[in-house]
Formats: sequence, C-alpha cells, structure tokens
Amino acid sequence: MDDIAKRSIEIIAKAKNIPTDTIHLDTTFEELNIDSLDKINISFEVEEAFSIEIPDEALGSLKTVGDVVNGVKQLVEAKAAAGSAPAATS
Amino acid sequence: MNRVVITGLGCVTPIGSTVAEFRDSLFSGRTGISPIVNVPDAPDGDPGVRYKQAAQIFDFDPAQHLDSGIVSATNRNTHFAIVAARQAAAQAELLKHHAPGDIAIIMGCACGGRSSEEHEVKGLYTRNARAHPLTIVRTMSSAGASNISIDLRITGPTLDISTACASSTHAIGLAFHMVRSGMSTAAICGGHEAPLSWGFYRAWDSMRVVSPTQCRPYAADRDGMTLGEGAAMLVIETLESAQARKATILGEIVGFGMSADANHITQPQAEGAAAAMRKALADANASPGDVGYINAHGTGTQANDATEAAAIHQVFGPRASQIPLSSTKSLHGHAIGASGALEALATVLALQEGRLPHTAGVVNPDTSLNIDIIVSEPRPTGPIVALSNSLAFGGLNAVIALRTWK
Repeated sequence: MDDIAKRSIEIIAKAKNIPTDTIHLDTTFEELNIDSLDKINISFEVEEAFSIEIPDEALGSLKTVGDVVNGVKQLVEAKAAAGSAPAATS
Repeated sequence: MNRVVITGLGCVTPIGSTVAEFRDSLFSGRTGISPIVNVPDAPDGDPGVRYKQAAQIFDFDPAQHLDSGIVSATNRNTHFAIVAARQAAAQAELLKHHAPGDIAIIMGCACGGRSSEEHEVKGLYTRNARAHPLTIVRTMSSAGASNISIDLRITGPTLDISTACASSTHAIGLAFHMVRSGMSTAAICGGHEAPLSWGFYRAWDSMRVVSPTQCRPYAADRDGMTLGEGAAMLVIETLESAQARKATILGEIVGFGMSADANHITQPQAEGAAAAMRKALADANASPGDVGYINAHGTGTQANDATEAAAIHQVFGPRASQIPLSSTKSLHGHAIGASGALEALATVLALQEGRLPHTAGVVNPDTSLNIDIIVSEPRPTGPIVALSNSLAFGGLNAVIALRTWK
C-alpha cells in the first residue's frame, strides 16, 4: 500500500476511532457508518494532511475509501504539475 | 396546577463528578478551588493573569463516558452536560416512566464552546488557518441541550437559556413552570459551562473582579470571585406522576421569580434582586416568614454581596438578620451559566439532609451586612422553604424557591 493510501486510512480510522486494519480500499463509507458530518470532518483532515483542496462537487461522489485515495492522488499530482509548470507570462 | 417534585440529580463539578461526591464536599467544606493549570493555547499553559486560582475539574475524562465521535463534535461543556443529564435521568428512571415527547430539556449555558472557538480563532488570526468543520456545532450555546436530547432520545421542548450568571436558574424556573402548567409531564433542567479558556481568564482579569486569593463570599475581607466550570441537572416531574410510580422524591420546587434591574450592565441594584425574591415567594404562595435558608448568589465581590444583602433586608425586613444564608461558591467556584444549577443542587441536598452548608473559607463574616452568614460548619434545620438566588451581570435576576419534601 502506498503512502497516500496508508495516511488516508489512518485519518479515517482516527475519525471513526476504529483500527486501521478494518479499513481497506474497497470498504464503503456505508460499512464504516460514515455520515455527512464525518465526511466533511475526514475531508478537512485529508486536506490538511496533503495540503490540497477537495472541490465540493467531488465530496458527493465519494463512496469508498478507494475513492478518497484516488481523489487525493489526483489532487496531489495536479498540484505537483501546477507547481512545476513554467510561470505564465503576459 | 401540578405540584412539581425532584426525582433525579446529576452533576460534574470541581467538588465531585457524582452527586455523592458533591454531597460529601458540600458538607465537609472541601473546596474545588486550586491553582490554575494548563490553559489550552496559552503560552506554557499560563494565562498570565493577576489571579492564580480557579475551580477546575480534573477527574473527568469524556472518553470514559462518550464515544469518540461525540467527544470530537462537542466542547467540554457539552461533555459535562450529557454525563450529568444521564446521571439524573438514570436516578429518576425518567425514560421508563415518561414518553420522550412529554419530557422537556431546559438548559442554562451562557458561554457555549468558548475554548473551541478560541482555538480556531487563534489559528485564523495568527496563521490565516482554516476553521475546523465542527467549529459551529462545537461552539453553539444550544449544543448541550441538543446533545442531551440526542443522547437520551428525548423529543419534547428543548432549548438553551443564556442570561449570563442567571442562565440555569432561569432554566430550572422555566422548566418548573412548564411542568406545573402541564405543558410537559417531566423535564431535565439545569446548566453546564466550561468557560476556562485563555481569553476568558484574560477578559475577567481586566474586569478586576476576580479574587487574587480565593473567593470568600460575605466575608469582611472578601476580594472577588473565583471562576469555575461544571454542570448540574435536576429531573423534575409532577407530584402525581412521581407518586403514581412510587418514585423517590428528593425535594419540591414551589416558586420562581425573575426580574431585570434595568439600570446598569455591571452594577447590581438591590431593588431588582428584591423583586425577584418577592415574586418567587408569591409564586410559591409562601410568606417571608416561611423562609429558613437562602443559598445566596454570593460571588464574593464587594458589590454583589452588599447589594444582595440589601435586597434581603428589603424583602424580609427585621427578619433578614435571622435567616441563615450561605454561598457555596467558595467550594465550586462561579461556573457562570451553570452556577445556578450547582447551587440548586446544593440547596436540594441541604433540604434533603436537614443540614445547611456553611460558607467555606470564611473566617470573618461581614457583620456590617447584618445577615446570618453560616460559617465554620453546616447548621441543622427542620423542614423549610429555601431560596436560591442568581443575580447576573446585566441586571438579570432569577430566584427559585424549594421546599423540604417530607
């Protein structure tokens, strides 16, 4: 398991006060009893951990732990790409 | 109208996190006031104020009582509220005998989730940090009332009253009237507060009303109040329902009076406090001669105690100097919106035991006030009517009258 998946699972485990080994990429939010408040709480912690911003529209589509991990990877990659792009000139 | 009796008690306080511990401390004069330690967000935990003492709760771990999701979504005051409400509801066997929709929850809380708010604001102002998504639900003053209803699945009228230091006496009084009128058959009423944050300590320091030593209500050498925290809850219900189910009755609430000074935001007026006491007695259909104890607001400031004493003289005339009075704030501190509930609890226990608590820590009572201040040790009493006074900043006064159950 890569670092992003490991850290994301740790954040979810801490938020729900459950052991990390009960959480897998295909575990659903429903199985973890994650409600809407949990979702914004976990999103906040993930954003803080990876210095990213999850768009509002993406929050609604998150159904599994794997969705979170994939979303974080995309946002981290996008951020890295933006950071390495040449500065725009006018 | 229904008679209204008390069938459950609960508390989390600096002098005990069960009613049994509170009772022991109350009658042995064991204070919960101690040196201030570990103020969150303050440099090295030191709030940097002129006074060094507060009535803090050290033996309470929310994780022992509440699941982690609730602990995370709530501030310390709500932790106290839920646990104290559970104690009171359990003692009364409240949910076994009353439908959830027939029970009211009326809370007093003036400061809300102050420490959570300050923590977020510190991050915002110093680092332009984002606010935690649970900030709103942690800090709203009504969170305690809401979380009690969720925890106990109670669906009746549920609300929070914020009238500064009178909040929970207003809450108990309103709940009493609701049960007496038949609007609800039972209620959990009281108050909760956990305001001991860095900014709160500093703000009170600037008001120059906090004792640099330790609060000594009604003492000649009194020099201010001592801040505190905690929660206390009463379960009340109609006498009819309590007797029908053979519940153990712990006391009776017989009257409630309230008034506003309409004068000054910090300077109390004797006329306002006197009006609230008179209204409580009239509501109880009692005469001044029936009163055998006053649990004073008794903050230990020069202004409060002298004004409260003057109000007592206005109400009771020549008898004022013969009515035993104490303030229990030198034990549990001044828990702001929760103080009236802590003092109502002390008053219920006093009537139940037939022992009036003394004003701990007072060696030299202020004889110039011409009041019978109980010092040194508790004083025995027969069946009486007692008043519990709460006189808040802003001139908001609330007084409840209780009677010994026999």
